[in-house]
Amino acid sequence: MREQLPADENPRGTDEGGHRRVVGYLARRLAGYVVLCLVATFLAFTLAAATFNPIGLLRQRQPPPPEATIQAKFHELRLDQPIPRRFLTWLTGVLHGDFGNTWQGQPITDELWRRAGVSLRLFLLGTAVGILIGVLLGVWSAVRQYRPSDHVITIASFVILSTPVFVLGTLLKYGALEVNDLVGSDYLKYTNESTPGFEGSWLASLGDRLRYLIVPTITIALFQIGFYSRYQRSAMLDVLGSDFLRTARAKGLTRRRALFKHGLRTALIPMATLFGFGFGLLITGGVFTERIFSWHGMGEWLVQGISSQDTNIVATVTLFIAVMVLVSGWLSDVLYALLDPRIRVRS
Amino acid sequence: MTLMRDDEVSASATPVEAPVEVISRGRLVLRRFRRRRLALAGLVVIVLLYLLAFVAPVFTPWRYDDLDYAAFLSAPSPSHWFGTTKIGEDVFAQVMRGLQKSLTIGLLVGVISTSVSAVVGATAGYLGGFANRVLMWVTDLLLVLPAFLIIAIASPWFKGANWLVFVALLAAFNWMITARIVRGMTLSLREREFVLAAKFMGQPAWRIIATHILPNMASLLIVDATINVGVAVLTETSLSFFGFGVQPPDVSLGTLIAAGTGSATTYPWLFLAPAGFLVAFVLAVNLVGDGLRDAIDPSSGGGR
Repeated sequence: MREQLPADENPRGTDEGGHRRVVGYLARRLAGYVVLCLVATFLAFTLAAATFNPIGLLRQRQPPPPEATIQAKFHELRLDQPIPRRFLTWLTGVLHGDFGNTWQGQPITDELWRRAGVSLRLFLLGTAVGILIGVLLGVWSAVRQYRPSDHVITIASFVILSTPVFVLGTLLKYGALEVNDLVGSDYLKYTNESTPGFEGSWLASLGDRLRYLIVPTITIALFQIGFYSRYQRSAMLDVLGSDFLRTARAKGLTRRRALFKHGLRTALIPMATLFGFGFGLLITGGVFTERIFSWHGMGEWLVQGISSQDTNIVATVTLFIAVMVLVSGWLSDVLYALLDPRIRVRS
Repeated sequence: MTLMRDDEVSASATPVEAPVEVISRGRLVLRRFRRRRLALAGLVVIVLLYLLAFVAPVFTPWRYDDLDYAAFLSAPSPSHWFGTTKIGEDVFAQVMRGLQKSLTIGLLVGVISTSVSAVVGATAGYLGGFANRVLMWVTDLLLVLPAFLIIAIASPWFKGANWLVFVALLAAFNWMITARIVRGMTLSLREREFVLAAKFMGQPAWRIIATHILPNMASLLIVDATINVGVAVLTETSLSFFGFGVQPPDVSLGTLIAAGTGSATTYPWLFLAPAGFLVAFVLAVNLVGDGLRDAIDPSSGGGR
């Protein structure tokens, strides 16, 4: 327990409740996110259940199945029950770890973990690279404002942000093709996520996966870099003109130390909120990337689910996405609380 | 200005000054905007693209659904400016048609979503209390819902004349963030004297919002509308790419890009033509939006 100074000696007032307040704030945000998660999943489930017509698809099969089969399927899918009840049945299953079956009878749970692994691999790596390079480029661009390097970075960011992900991905695919031809090798792979039937040690298989990861990661990261560098640049510019930075320099800190130790931390505060928001954007971009590079991840699964009119798949993927957005939003709240000491003093 | 006694006025040697030119805010913004060459270039590109999309098809010999059986997958040539597709459609005519669709949808969605966010944000901010809570809860809910999913599921309803449903859905998922910003600004405007004066004079709330609060945010709303057009075009193209947006037989830049992606190494014009126009338009819109924002913000660095 920290020793508490009497209130009149401590210029900031007592900070006794400070850490408790932060934990309370984070817990409340988490609870709010969980509620929103459930509501979003329920709405998606309802919309899907109301619009989809798997029985219609069944009837269109050749040769047409007998009426008894159709009736059996009707009951199996519990289509006679009201939608909220179906949602509750599904949700109880989820709480036990079972995400139900597709309407054709295949279990979803295993498929979910496999595809989640594929997608997360790509998204996390792309986001990490994107945030790191984006922030650095934003800072660099702000420090060298209006010089040629700033113009180059700004224009490049604009062009990248104006290019939809599927165009960018396709262009990068051809870039990889050209690079492969130029170098005369086959190193850069751009279809699927690993060589089928690959046998080897764990390290060798990791190396193999890397070949497939490079181009899709660049696709995702480029967009994130363009996005974050713009905002980081303007946040950094705000900080560069501020008094406390000037004071730090006047007190004798080198430019670099003042910038990184004081300036960057302050400039990162508004960015913390953006990181959570950016991850949500990433998910839509991820769907396109998976399509273009033929990765069998959650994005592809969602599109498949909609085309095959499967309610359980749609609900599962929505829950996954909502949880992802929740986790990233909550992590950005944590980051914000860590970076911004004002949170601890305010309630 | 110091007050001078009468006998001092005639003695003072103030030269005759030119009358001070009072320039309206709109003209000031326009002047600052003109100085930024990139933004100006963007505006020119946008106007050109709109003209091209709606006027050019009048002058081309091929319509978008004409099939030329003598030329399958031919490269760009004087008779087919952007080449032809696998079944003989003229790519230029198709790209123009797709451009028409995308530009119209973009413009409509941009205007509608900005209007909705202005009304919702100002109402929530001005009325406060219960209305505020309800509207903000709806905003949060729509932010959480996966827009892509919902529009994708609803896509079979967009066939034919129902593309307006598509426009409505796109606009419905685009207004939330600006609404929050508008609400914040309304909260601070609410306590200003002219608003209070109007309130005490007995003007109804909607009138105050429409004539006093919203015009004060005009600059924010204009910039937002511009940016929303770009975002809307990107979203619409993305959805159409998957087949969840504009439905066949109608074409949009997204459907054209989807069709061209597979053969882009071997027949590049199928992909590059629609993709190029898309990127050009969105880039131009982003530049104009950025330029507007800099021109309106008095604290941004001069006329660089």
